[in-house]
Amino acid sequence: MAARRRPRSARRRHRDVSGSTAVFPHRALPYVLLFPQLAVVVVFFIWPALRAFREAFIQSNAFGIGERFAGLQNFVSGVWVPSYAHSAEVTLLLATVTTAGSMALGLFLAVKVERVERGRSIYRTLFLWTYAIPGAVAGSLWLFLFEPGIGPGARLLDALGARWNFALNPTQAFLLVAAIGIWQQSAFCFLFFTAGLQGIPREFHEAGSMDGASRTRAFWSITMPLLSPITFYLLVMNVVYAVFGLFGIIDIVTQGGPGYSTTTLVYRLYVNAFQNANTTVAGAETIVLLVIVIGFTALQFRALRRRVHYR
Amino acid sequence: MTRAAGLPWIRHVLLILVAAAVALPLYLAVVVASRPAAALLDGVPFVPGNMLFANLGHVLREGLPDSPPVSRMLWNSLEMAMGISLGKILLSVPAAFAVVFFRVRGRMLAFWLIFVTLMLPVEVRFYPTYKVVAQLGLLNTLPGIVLPLIASATATFLFRQFFLTFPPELADAARVDGCGPLRYLVEVVLPLSKVNLAAIFVLEFIYGWNQYLWPLLTTTSPSESTVVMGMKEMISAAQSFSVPEWNLVMAVAIVALVPPVIVIVVMQRWFVKGLTGGIT
Repeated sequence: MAARRRPRSARRRHRDVSGSTAVFPHRALPYVLLFPQLAVVVVFFIWPALRAFREAFIQSNAFGIGERFAGLQNFVSGVWVPSYAHSAEVTLLLATVTTAGSMALGLFLAVKVERVERGRSIYRTLFLWTYAIPGAVAGSLWLFLFEPGIGPGARLLDALGARWNFALNPTQAFLLVAAIGIWQQSAFCFLFFTAGLQGIPREFHEAGSMDGASRTRAFWSITMPLLSPITFYLLVMNVVYAVFGLFGIIDIVTQGGPGYSTTTLVYRLYVNAFQNANTTVAGAETIVLLVIVIGFTALQFRALRRRVHYR
Repeated sequence: MTRAAGLPWIRHVLLILVAAAVALPLYLAVVVASRPAAALLDGVPFVPGNMLFANLGHVLREGLPDSPPVSRMLWNSLEMAMGISLGKILLSVPAAFAVVFFRVRGRMLAFWLIFVTLMLPVEVRFYPTYKVVAQLGLLNTLPGIVLPLIASATATFLFRQFFLTFPPELADAARVDGCGPLRYLVEVVLPLSKVNLAAIFVLEFIYGWNQYLWPLLTTTSPSESTVVMGMKEMISAAQSFSVPEWNLVMAVAIVALVPPVIVIVVMQRWFVKGLTGGIT
């Protein structure tokens, strides 16, 4: 059959190394199709990034008239200071707590739901919906719940002797922000762990139980290693969420306080740039965040490439 | 199998308890939103009252002091969310189509330019981007909110990944039949991409609706405020009363979270399928 001979050569012809099927011979059209996306990238991503670089190394006087090259001065005055280190510490701690909390809860629920026989899709909906809630709205719901003296959560904690007042107590404020983050982000983890569990062939579990492995043992030595690519992906995504995504919650619930105890790096940049109008350090802070996010992107890239998990 | 025989009930009880705990903040919001403000002074009751629709109607029609009616804010949110989600699709489908079905010189450059957007979430670039948007005179305009958010590496790569699963013979056949690339895109590729389009739409609609920081910076006129970015103002307005009107705040919170939650619940199945599957 002629048709049998064709596909092989056709594939070799069409799929070049970069994975293109390159069918249409037009020369200008692909650039026209790419143009809108690239134009937006250049105007609203590249140009601002270059501006930030410029500003990070420039010192302007009070009226923005005279400018001079400032070397690393903006970094020294804006980033190399104890308060910045403190914000970095808050960010790191918040990332650790929310990531650990949401991954543990998401995995626990995914495993339990996967083991029930009936009602799986209902449970899936019940554990997924908090992911879609806007952070600022989630913050509003919880703000009321834990409003000192008014919210039911606050009253309960008071009755238990906790002396709840997150507006004055840094630890309580920190825990409240972390709890809201976990409430939302565990849904995201649940979704991905569920997808991962469904991808594990049944035979693996059967082989495990034939060998007489207990449920716990089978989970840790069969299921978890097979989930490791997803676990790694979620680890990176959750840290990114904690570092960059908590802004809405923090702005609604604590405004970074009390006493900078919930001021993350992003929140600090917002305050410096838009409330204190301290533009000299804002450029430098933007560059630092940029470097951090480039690091995360590299990690994400590795997570996506690491498809093989058992060797 | 036999080992688990006695356990299912316990498992269901556990899962239902956790699901109830997860839903508790929303349930209490409904309870609060269904009562008069004064009813909350001695603690929150456990059952809803009968004022839910009265309170919802009040915030939708009149809003809180110094804020526009919430119906107006919902409309602004819808404009922004639709602008962002449709904009992302409108930009990323042609871009992915171009790199898959044509021979493009400078493909790597295009790839890196699009990839860069992953490294620059709006929480990182908001400060210099604000200056650019101000310089272009786009503050307080819909394009000013939407344009800086519609370049999408995620959508472009997902569409590219999906288009690569199309057998080359399909496009060959179309070409032989005299079908040009744009007709191929509209009449063959898009109809086959429905599930993926739906998945990306869900993802980006929620992303758009939930934006907080960016509209907060670029929108200064209250009538252009979205409902999510307006939460903070409305909370402080409600707290300025001698009896804080938390019932109204919770009513606003409910109408602000219902659209994205409905979208994800209704389109849940497509969502997961469209993000993972190839052409079938």
